[in-house]
Amino acid sequence: MEAVVMSTQGVKEAHLLEVAETTGIYSRLRTALAMKPEQITEEVKKSALRGRGGAGFPCGVKWGFVPKNSDKPVYLLINADEGEPGTFKDRWILNYNPHLMIEGIIISCFALKSNTCYIYIRGEFFREKEVVDQAIAAATAKGYLGENILGSGFSCHVYTHPGAGAYICGEETALIESLEGKKGQPRIKPPFPAVVGVFGCPTIVNNVETIASVPYIIEKGANAFQKLGTEKSGGPKMWSISGHVNKPGVYEVPMGLSMMEFINKYAGGVWKGRQIKAIIPGGSSCPILTADEARDVTMDYECIATAGSMLGSGGMIVMDDRTDMVEALQVLADFYHHESCGQCTPCREGSGWIKKILHRINDGRGTRNDLDMLLQISDNMQGRTICVFADALAMPVRSFVNKFRSEFEAKIKS
Amino acid sequence: MAFTLTAENKKKVEELLKRYPVKKAALLPILWVVQDQEGYISKEAMQVVAAIVEVTPAHVYEVVTFYTMYRQTPPPKYHIQVCRNISCWLRGSNDILAHLKKRLGIEMGQSTKDGKFSLSTVECLAACGTAPSMQINKDYYENLSIERIDQILEELK
Repeated sequence: MEAVVMSTQGVKEAHLLEVAETTGIYSRLRTALAMKPEQITEEVKKSALRGRGGAGFPCGVKWGFVPKNSDKPVYLLINADEGEPGTFKDRWILNYNPHLMIEGIIISCFALKSNTCYIYIRGEFFREKEVVDQAIAAATAKGYLGENILGSGFSCHVYTHPGAGAYICGEETALIESLEGKKGQPRIKPPFPAVVGVFGCPTIVNNVETIASVPYIIEKGANAFQKLGTEKSGGPKMWSISGHVNKPGVYEVPMGLSMMEFINKYAGGVWKGRQIKAIIPGGSSCPILTADEARDVTMDYECIATAGSMLGSGGMIVMDDRTDMVEALQVLADFYHHESCGQCTPCREGSGWIKKILHRINDGRGTRNDLDMLLQISDNMQGRTICVFADALAMPVRSFVNKFRSEFEAKIKS
Repeated sequence: MAFTLTAENKKKVEELLKRYPVKKAALLPILWVVQDQEGYISKEAMQVVAAIVEVTPAHVYEVVTFYTMYRQTPPPKYHIQVCRNISCWLRGSNDILAHLKKRLGIEMGQSTKDGKFSLSTVECLAACGTAPSMQINKDYYENLSIERIDQILEELK
């Protein structure tokens, strides 16, 4: 398959502008700037590009929600607050293909009639932020960014904005709050950011990988992009694969590839000659699949949903047959409890109780009622809060307990 | 002790303020400038920053305490943060942590007597493909093993 987002793989020093240009980056700018903004949005819609941050919302449709005749400025925010456990693809783009992201930003801003973009980069990515800042400076010096880009009359300014260690800021309205200089606590929707976003203005929040897909769509056309995927999920997808495989890492593959083929061929199979016990397909918030359930799954939004999980951010975590599922879930519960922003009671309190109960089960102090209580708390969390963070803990809890119940019971009995 | 920004950092702050239509939006980046200068953010610094971005000191305090990366106490020379999340756990982060505790003679959240190292866990660093991983100050250390840890600690001496 032709690389789309990982177009610079194997190219040395592709973070430098002059190297990036030799791979075709920034060559799509003139084409895009000669188009009508609406035409670009239409192409992106036709390409069936879905948001790569986790929610999978069709990108072009999202862009279409920006009010047509607003006199307020429009903002594009890039979500580079990558932090979903098991996901590390955006970090690759920031390090090794930052200019593709910037080219995508310029084209997308033009389509959205926006002149300002902020890239919200998680605080821990100090080095990645330096790379992107240098790339922005180089692109500005070359005239790709700034005033009157390539004589088109269109202006675009891009700034990085550092986070400071809060997972919740990857949620788009929390990201907006954080960018405004506040605690990152999600907002109630509606209004959606496309109508009332940052600084009270229409705002589009897109993931790094989503935006980096746009130049290809301009160059090769919506159909060519869509064909690298399925009918409803266009293009290839970058997958992060980690856990018990021989070759963990980042791979860009066509949407719809067999999950087992991916694990065995691309990721080198399960380590130490062991068998798969379970797979979290799309990042820690997605329901876990047993080896049996995953056997015939293909890697696209639709098939993974049919199997009872989600594609999410494409952060696949493979667990071998010796994995302690109780402790694995406890590790996840510790994380969610630590990262709950504390705004909604069901999430703030529920995540604490789930953590407490899992610790006592894992320490051999669990009681028979504990498993039902875990499920009940999950039911009381999911769908009852401002954002989907509570769901992101409830779903793993329910799937772990239901699918590996005997392991939990064994720890309670002994 | 009174807090003042250096001349160079004052300029940086001016530049940051120009990036946003409202001053408050520059709060997080300005707090990073303060922390880079002082190593941490003192109460006095919070008041200075509050005046710059035109918010109450309480608002700045609220933000500093919400985000885990802002420090309110002087940092050790090396702050070791080991990822304890799922992918690192699957690949032996517990062994890495145990070894670090033993080598440094401290528990989680403590510092060595000479103030050189402190040890804590951290949530997913987005370095799961190179697990187990950790961050020391601004740098990532990946594909860790016991041997590699020993080597890193030697280099940091």
